[in-house]
Amino acid sequence: MGSLDFARGREVGRSLGRLEAAAKVDGTVEYIHNLRLPGMLHGRIHRSSIPHGRIVRIDTSAALAVAGVHAVVTADDVARLVPDPYYGPAFHDQPILATGKVRHVGEPVAVVLADNPHAAEEAADLVAVEYEPLEAVFDEVAAAAPDAPVLHDELRPAGMFTDLKHLAGRRDTNVALDARLRSGDVEQAFAEAEHVFEHTFRTGKVMHAAFEPMVTVAEPHAAGGLTIHTASQSPSFVRSEISRLLGWPENRVRVRTAFLGGGFGAKLYIKLEAMAAVCALLARRPVRIALSMDEQFYTITKHGATVRIKTGVARDGRMTARQVETFWNGGAYADIGPRVTQKSGFSAAGPYDIEHVALDNYAVYTNEPPAGALRGFGISQLVWAYERQADVIARTLGIDPLEFRRRNALRNGRPHATGTVVVGMEVDAVLDRLAEAMAWDKPFDRGTGTIRRGRGIGIGVKACVSPTTSTAAVHIYGDGSCAVHCSTVDMGQGSDTTMAQIAAEVLGIPTTDVRVVHPDTDVTPYDMATLGSRSTFHMGNAVRRAAEDARAQIERMAPGATSFRDAMLARFAMQAGTVVGFGSYAPSYQKPDPETGLSANITPFWMLGGAGAEVEVDTETGRITVTKLVNVADVGRAINPASVERQLTGAAIMQLGFTLFEEMVFSDGQVLNASLADYKIPGFLDVPRELTGTFVEAPHPEGPFGAKGVGETGIFSPSPAIANALYDATGVMLYDMPLTPERVLRAIREAGGRPLEQA
Amino acid sequence: MQVSMTVNGRVRKADVEPRLLLVHFLREHLLLTGAHVGCDTSQCGACTVIVDGRSAKACTMFAVQADGSTITTVEGLAANGQLHPVQEGFWDQHGLQCGYCTPGMIMSAVNLLQDTPHPTDRQIREGISGNFCRCTGYQHIVNAVRQAAGRR
Repeated sequence: MGSLDFARGREVGRSLGRLEAAAKVDGTVEYIHNLRLPGMLHGRIHRSSIPHGRIVRIDTSAALAVAGVHAVVTADDVARLVPDPYYGPAFHDQPILATGKVRHVGEPVAVVLADNPHAAEEAADLVAVEYEPLEAVFDEVAAAAPDAPVLHDELRPAGMFTDLKHLAGRRDTNVALDARLRSGDVEQAFAEAEHVFEHTFRTGKVMHAAFEPMVTVAEPHAAGGLTIHTASQSPSFVRSEISRLLGWPENRVRVRTAFLGGGFGAKLYIKLEAMAAVCALLARRPVRIALSMDEQFYTITKHGATVRIKTGVARDGRMTARQVETFWNGGAYADIGPRVTQKSGFSAAGPYDIEHVALDNYAVYTNEPPAGALRGFGISQLVWAYERQADVIARTLGIDPLEFRRRNALRNGRPHATGTVVVGMEVDAVLDRLAEAMAWDKPFDRGTGTIRRGRGIGIGVKACVSPTTSTAAVHIYGDGSCAVHCSTVDMGQGSDTTMAQIAAEVLGIPTTDVRVVHPDTDVTPYDMATLGSRSTFHMGNAVRRAAEDARAQIERMAPGATSFRDAMLARFAMQAGTVVGFGSYAPSYQKPDPETGLSANITPFWMLGGAGAEVEVDTETGRITVTKLVNVADVGRAINPASVERQLTGAAIMQLGFTLFEEMVFSDGQVLNASLADYKIPGFLDVPRELTGTFVEAPHPEGPFGAKGVGETGIFSPSPAIANALYDATGVMLYDMPLTPERVLRAIREAGGRPLEQA
Repeated sequence: MQVSMTVNGRVRKADVEPRLLLVHFLREHLLLTGAHVGCDTSQCGACTVIVDGRSAKACTMFAVQADGSTITTVEGLAANGQLHPVQEGFWDQHGLQCGYCTPGMIMSAVNLLQDTPHPTDRQIREGISGNFCRCTGYQHIVNAVRQAAGRR
């Protein structure tokens, strides 16, 4: 090696394979799923069988009689350790175990601790709970009405988000948050508009179905601390929330993760961690709680939503006014729903330059399982509405759908509806790439007979959640080798490799020489969480700064050294010592005005995703076959192009499932299809013949090497693209997802004047 | 009950409960944690191993049913430090993200290529359609198997 060479351009921008690929193909990679500790007990949850009711009595005697059972933990036991057992990122509303009442089917009521999982499972079924049922409400619009049965006596904002403080003590309502945005004068603009379009769109509840079901192992220490091994996307949050619940300083709680078998937003905040921690402290033994796939359906879902959208359009096809009222079905506990409501809600004007905008968003409690974050944080529900309506407007006015979007595009330098001037968002480039990938200007075969073909597009936007903080450390060890310490969780998105590439680029070494240390709150510094496509931008900046700091220290302490190894020897007089570079990143931000929702600085970056679809519709069966699906993202700059492309094609297929068939079916709050046997996710045979993930690059001024996040971008637009293609093929207009053959066939028959009988 | 089976070339004997699933036997008794438990209901395929030459979802069998069998798990594929061509394919073609489904996917693909050494893409999709993946969108998995077939 010659002199230290920090020349740029060798690591960032390369399609490197992931660092852990070898361990993932030979089966040795670490998941918390695999962890077993000496003396460990297995916890199994007994869950509520009713959607809403008071707990009259819990009889644990039969469960305790099962051989191998160590204890049955209920809310009374929890209260001995945690007098106020309510947790949550936005509201302190979710009890560690049901306390006094249950609010959804599947709510944890008791945990059986046993020597082995078989005994725990058998005994959990033998816990007998007597309930006094209460009236339940499931629909988000009905639950928001003044006469609806109320789930929570009063609202208890968590305090982490200061803009929720005013809700404290609010009573007799299921509306956890009403978030509004007012820009211009929509009423006046509607009165002056040439055309006004008004629709209501709905999306049902779907589930993440991460293949490694949630799992937590809590390990108490004799000295009075606790280690929590957990498949979590937010180890830093778990530490602070567990500490708060226990009344301990954060330095007594250690939270560590491994690789996650998928996350998609399901494994955020507190899921099993509080329950496992309390059980372990009560039992004074390690406790493992691992869900089965079916239990995940009762743990966290995506929000179902009802979106009422009204848009005014001028004679020339420009949208002048938009009013959107959205009811978000948050289920029984708020989880991060109020953030979904506000942070996604304000994007309902889409990537369009609309002068007059009024948005109202309601986070609503219902007696269904809690809803939280699922890849896109509410964006796809809104894009479903505004991009379906965009095609109705375009076709009604005789404007090509692509041209309609170009005509209304929100361009850099123009204010978004929030008042924030847009920077680094390339609507035209994304639409151009989409047009090219779809061969939009070429003739299109529309099919014959009972097979009709159509094509459609959509484009959606998200503002990255703000403000959040990431911190990172880059260590140079005594032998000159390097490790990145950061709390970003690699759940399959490839963040380890991306962070290593960024550090390697700065340090002038090969990416494969960088080790990424997995989140461990005793070791890795704070990160808000791995969510919302924020890691590449926020943690990427922190890692870049940490690497720059380490590099500067090396240059100062050993000028002229020809390698890190030599530099350490020169400084420490032997092959020893450590250099620690530190970096943190938190974007600037301006809180929205509480009355108008306006802010001059609402987000550090805009995520933009377009999609195009070609479909074949069988008009006799209602079955849609997607033959081509294209995702186009504006990514700033791709740190690892292959990784970006995989995020886009993977997201396309996940959203294809949500669009065509995935839907949790409820009956009185009970999920009728809570298993992969009944809840169909996309398989090999559902993949379109042509599947393309592609991106445009225009380096973002504040992103690390120009990069923006991309994990969610591919989720935004496939649904309206597919539904618009159905509309193009058949002329039928569907308002509700998913587009099941039954819904499609009913709509086709209705349009043809031969409606099917109701089932 | 006493069981004896040959796993990755080694004879393994144990005294197990009749209700113990093969996947739990492999994971808990033999500490072969490459076969993962995903769905519990035999859909996802994350637990796939090869039993007497045929791919099998190890959550659909009891350990006692595998008594006397010869089993290969993902840990037994590499030979002399050399990855199996299917493993190499998944690595080279980015056929994985979170990796949780990968061992099962690989074992199904190995079984497919035993029966059909030169499959078409359609045959690949159908041949391993009993395995699900939530991350990748499948395309790169097909590419991985295609690469492995080309090398055979």
